[in-house]
Amino acid sequence: MKVTTTKRIWVRSIVGAAAATALWGGAWAQQGQPVKIGLLATLEGPFAAGGADGMRGAELAVKQRGGVVAGRKIEVIKASSDAKPDVAVNSTRKLVEQDKVDIMVGPLSGGEGIAVKDYSKTQPQVTFINGGSGAQGTTLTNPSPNFFRFNTDGGQWMVGLGKAALAKGYKRTMVIAEDYAFPYSQVQGFMAEYCKAGGKVPVKAWVPLGGKDYSSVIATIPKDVDALLVVLGGADAVNFLTQYENAGGDKPMLGGSITVSQDVLNYKGKRRDSLVGTLSAGPLADAYDGADWKAFVADYQKTYPVSAGGFPSPSLFAYVYYVNMKAALDGLAAVNGDLSGNQAKYREALSKMTLKTPNGDVRLDGNRQAIGTTFVTEVVKDSQGNLFNKVHSKVDNVDQLLGMKAEEFKIGSRDVPACP
Amino acid sequence: MAAAQWRKAMNSAAAASAARGRAATGSSMPVHRVPPAAPAPGEVPSAASDVWNELWRFVASRNLVVLLALVVFPLVASPFVTFQVGAQSLVLGMIALSLSFLAGYGGMISLAQMTVAGVAGYAVAVLGHSSSAEISLGWPWWVAVPVAVVIAVLASTLIGWLSVRTEGIYTIMITLAIGVAFYYLVLQNYSVFNGFQGLRELKPPTVLGIQWRDPVPFYALSLVCALAAYWLVCHVVRAPFGIALQGIRDNPRRMSALGYSVVAHRVAAYALSGLIAAVGGVLLAWYNALMSPGSVGTGWLINILVIAVLGGVRHPAGAFLGALVFVLLQTFAIDLIDRERFNLVIGGVFLAIVLFSPDGLLGLWARLAARLRSGRALTSNQRRQP
Repeated sequence: MKVTTTKRIWVRSIVGAAAATALWGGAWAQQGQPVKIGLLATLEGPFAAGGADGMRGAELAVKQRGGVVAGRKIEVIKASSDAKPDVAVNSTRKLVEQDKVDIMVGPLSGGEGIAVKDYSKTQPQVTFINGGSGAQGTTLTNPSPNFFRFNTDGGQWMVGLGKAALAKGYKRTMVIAEDYAFPYSQVQGFMAEYCKAGGKVPVKAWVPLGGKDYSSVIATIPKDVDALLVVLGGADAVNFLTQYENAGGDKPMLGGSITVSQDVLNYKGKRRDSLVGTLSAGPLADAYDGADWKAFVADYQKTYPVSAGGFPSPSLFAYVYYVNMKAALDGLAAVNGDLSGNQAKYREALSKMTLKTPNGDVRLDGNRQAIGTTFVTEVVKDSQGNLFNKVHSKVDNVDQLLGMKAEEFKIGSRDVPACP
Repeated sequence: MAAAQWRKAMNSAAAASAARGRAATGSSMPVHRVPPAAPAPGEVPSAASDVWNELWRFVASRNLVVLLALVVFPLVASPFVTFQVGAQSLVLGMIALSLSFLAGYGGMISLAQMTVAGVAGYAVAVLGHSSSAEISLGWPWWVAVPVAVVIAVLASTLIGWLSVRTEGIYTIMITLAIGVAFYYLVLQNYSVFNGFQGLRELKPPTVLGIQWRDPVPFYALSLVCALAAYWLVCHVVRAPFGIALQGIRDNPRRMSALGYSVVAHRVAAYALSGLIAAVGGVLLAWYNALMSPGSVGTGWLINILVIAVLGGVRHPAGAFLGALVFVLLQTFAIDLIDRERFNLVIGGVFLAIVLFSPDGLLGLWARLAARLRSGRALTSNQRRQP
């Protein structure tokens, strides 16, 4: 009696499970005509605000083409991660293997980028285009033949900041940065120039990503440094700034590219005024007066007004996701929507094209890594009380090796470079 | 739903759990009829043929149908579903099984099971091959994997030895503390664990010309390990050691008075659960192809508990059922709602399951079956009876 009952239950459960499997499988079968583009950003975790803005940037690029390229409809399928590499790979795998996307755009953060690049080698039929991640290793060590990055990396984003800091009289700087690949790149980009020109970095404090308590770091800031280089993103930057202010800190600050991005500048805390005067560097500047940039900002503001959750000016993540998605679509237009032959023509078009971005032309190097423009910026306050990045200087054609020779270039890490 | 209905639902749930409590007391009766074998774990040599009989019965009964479905599954499902849903569920299910064994049969809720799995995963990464050549020792897999499992079992034993003197919420606290300590250790240590970035490119070996990380082979490997773990738990809970463990769960003082060593049994249970979690941990490292602090963070410690509770800790099958639901939700919730709010769906489903069925999906299923069969009170607890 018992056995038959339970057997019946098990049989029922298996029939149910089989039906469910069939449904899952069938619903996402490939359609044919439209081009499917997978879009991955961090909608959870420490970069949730940046990830949401990245999605806006990518969607803006699709919208500017009316959702159609060369007669083929663009279908965007979104996925989320939480800045952890294993989650990013799981989400990417779902987009690639289950939703069968043709082109993949993402992920957002450095560690994720390296993991997705590793994964891309196992999926040669799909073209991977970076989203926002800026670790050097992604395209510099063991590059993947089907992984493209149309944004410059974390090291390239910091070019020019070292000289600007010395010009302000900051001879000794302490580094406070998150402990993973992207900040390593940022610190290297800064120090390569700063140390060469005579600056000193006596202490580097590496803090965990997503940390809440910075009091122990704040306590170790030496008295004799002139400035702090703070490379923290999103919520971490806001937490650090608040705690440093509360602890009575008064050292001037140099910011990493995502420390003073729009999502940080728009944090609605009282203390944010302390950011005014902060020098930083990155691939964009809010107040840059190039015509293409102004048109891009106007389009962003029109599509995503502040009342609908947009930022007053597009953040770094919105910008780099926009650039990468635009590259994906421009490449598609260049080959007239032809993705045949394992996307060989498409990839060649991507490798050779000169991408028109709001901040000037971008080309790719042999590792499919962007060569582009970097801005050194200074935070200023406008008449309405909004904080903006004013252009301090502009450096064109920054390559991934920061102008060094291949043999003398070492990828940034905790201990490289050093000039105590 | 009207408040009265809510109350009724809660009351009936309470009544059901009370009935289960009575049933559990009843189930402890056979303890006294079991020949008083040595309290140490493992089988008495003369019981070897019994083991094979039991194995046969295990295969020949209702499980055959499920087994068949599990074997046919990769042939009908796409490689993605086989790998990400099938294999991941089996691997997470194994780790959750180690917890439901401890919680369901030992009465000890350990949050450190993912830590044990992480110890095994990191050990494989450090002893075997990874992208960080300066850290990994490069041992061949047939040395690295067994040593990693042994290290994790030792770690689990140590965790057990530290925590068995506590009860209830204090066990949860101490195992959580151990788990968080391990998380910060791997996060901040660079010489062995490579910090935030962890160790990448962990590949299963290519043995017999088979790439074991391809979807079907990896699924098969996970399935074999999961079935072995499932059978191990099903066997152990009917062996003298398992019966004694359940006795200790129900009344430690009485068992102590009968001459059983409470601490030794509990520590042995931790060691056994550590073995299951360790094998799961090695598979998880291969599945993700990386070990990073995120894999052993607080989120995952709790996810394992969620999986075990979701499925129900009353039977070993619950862990795998819970893992399947968990993985399906994690993978497909974003398609259901397609906005930035998909975590709400995941949380909502978990909440609904726990609210309407305190003993998880197994309990829900048993109650549903009982209702369909008009009044026959079949609870999941009865399935545990031989």
